[in-house]
Amino acid sequence: MTQLSVPHLLGTKNLTLDDFHLIFETADNFKEVINRPIKKVPSLRDITIANVFFENSTRTRISFELAEKRLSADTVNFSSTTSSVKKGETLLDTINNILAMKVDMIVMRHASPGAPHFIAKHIDARVINAGDGTHEHPTQALLDTFSIRERYKSFEGLKVAIIGDILHSRVALSNIFALNKLGAEVMVCGPNTLLPKYISSLGVKVELDVFKALQWCDVANVLRIQLERQQIKYFPSLREYSIYYGINKRMLDKLDKEITIMHPGPINRGVELASDVADSEHSIILDQVENGVAIRMAVLYLLAGAKA
Amino acid sequence: MQKKLILDQDLLEITISRLCYQLIENHNDFSNSAILGLQPRGKYVADRVKAKLELLLNKEIRLGYLDTTFHRDDFRRRKFPKAANETMMPFLIEDRDIVLVDDVLYTGRSVRAALDAMISYGRPRSVELLVLVDRKYSRDLPIQPNYIGKSVNTIHTQRVKVEWREQGRKNDNIWLFDNLETQ
Repeated sequence: MTQLSVPHLLGTKNLTLDDFHLIFETADNFKEVINRPIKKVPSLRDITIANVFFENSTRTRISFELAEKRLSADTVNFSSTTSSVKKGETLLDTINNILAMKVDMIVMRHASPGAPHFIAKHIDARVINAGDGTHEHPTQALLDTFSIRERYKSFEGLKVAIIGDILHSRVALSNIFALNKLGAEVMVCGPNTLLPKYISSLGVKVELDVFKALQWCDVANVLRIQLERQQIKYFPSLREYSIYYGINKRMLDKLDKEITIMHPGPINRGVELASDVADSEHSIILDQVENGVAIRMAVLYLLAGAKA
Repeated sequence: MQKKLILDQDLLEITISRLCYQLIENHNDFSNSAILGLQPRGKYVADRVKAKLELLLNKEIRLGYLDTTFHRDDFRRRKFPKAANETMMPFLIEDRDIVLVDDVLYTGRSVRAALDAMISYGRPRSVELLVLVDRKYSRDLPIQPNYIGKSVNTIHTQRVKVEWREQGRKNDNIWLFDNLETQ
């Protein structure tokens, strides 16, 4: 198969195993492309893509923009803070106005879960979810699993612990869906207040002790505390969180095996991850960022290539 | 369905040998030259040419594979995007004499994409084209091969199919099919 089973990329939940493999294999080729002296291919030269970001972003936005430019697409950037959304325009009106200028694809980040799903139902263009509230962040999960695949080749029997603020994390949810489908075992770990109540119904193990989680896993995907989404206090202080859930070199040295540390960024150094871990040979954090561009090129290419 | 054998195993080997001697005539000892097989099927021809050249010259010949998928001009004009293949470029292309190798030359569009893809790696000194089968009078673009295994006159409804032992076939064979279905 050379076509995805879905017309939009809204989440990893509705991707098939074939979709994952197709995206990974295409991304392998794009990774080679972005390491060429001339890192650009002309595939999407007749496509215009709008990056519509209703929430702040550095990595994802730059990564998408680079991916689009490497594929020769025309891009327009939209940021809600400097737009007419402030004047009271609805989401659908905003998107329809952008589409009226002949835009073919929308990459959207929004604070409300389900916003890209709503948009995808109402417009003709292809929609890629670049993060919707606490729901999904499919390209992040794809690049995380792609980075794991690069290191371990197979997901069979692989143990992945997702550690931190699971409750507010779209990265966690998309990763759980993706890893489950690919055949890895998944554990979530964090303080009780930051674990969703019925998270085990997704087929994941739940652990409260971070050291036990590290001992169990082959790969630890460490998440940031999302203070901006926390309306109430879930733990007494950041200092206390870092004492109980922060990962440092000393802990890794105590393990009887080598594990891989991942982080979707941005890192709060000294909170969830100490610098001696983030910059160590265990960490593949910068590989994740490099793979992000290849994965996004693959997703854009495959979605744009399918005839409507 | 009508099919006709264009080249069988023995003739194919003779043809590859002849092509190699022609290459040596122009490239001498291949000290500044490299072979670049076009994915997906040109790589089988390139592998054979490399093996034969190494036998004749008694030295290692530079070989790469080039995937042209992302440089094709029919993206979004086909029902599905084409699957990409591995590009392997273990040498610098800058200032080298490159021989592009493919199995069948038809419209010339793949070769156009290949030229485009190849330039992404640098500026070669010269580029030549070697094809096993040249389908004459069917070009969409002004592209002609320098080395030809066999020329055939075909019409648009015909298809040339090359079978390789590397693909699990019993023998190497090149067929000409009379209608669009090749399976």
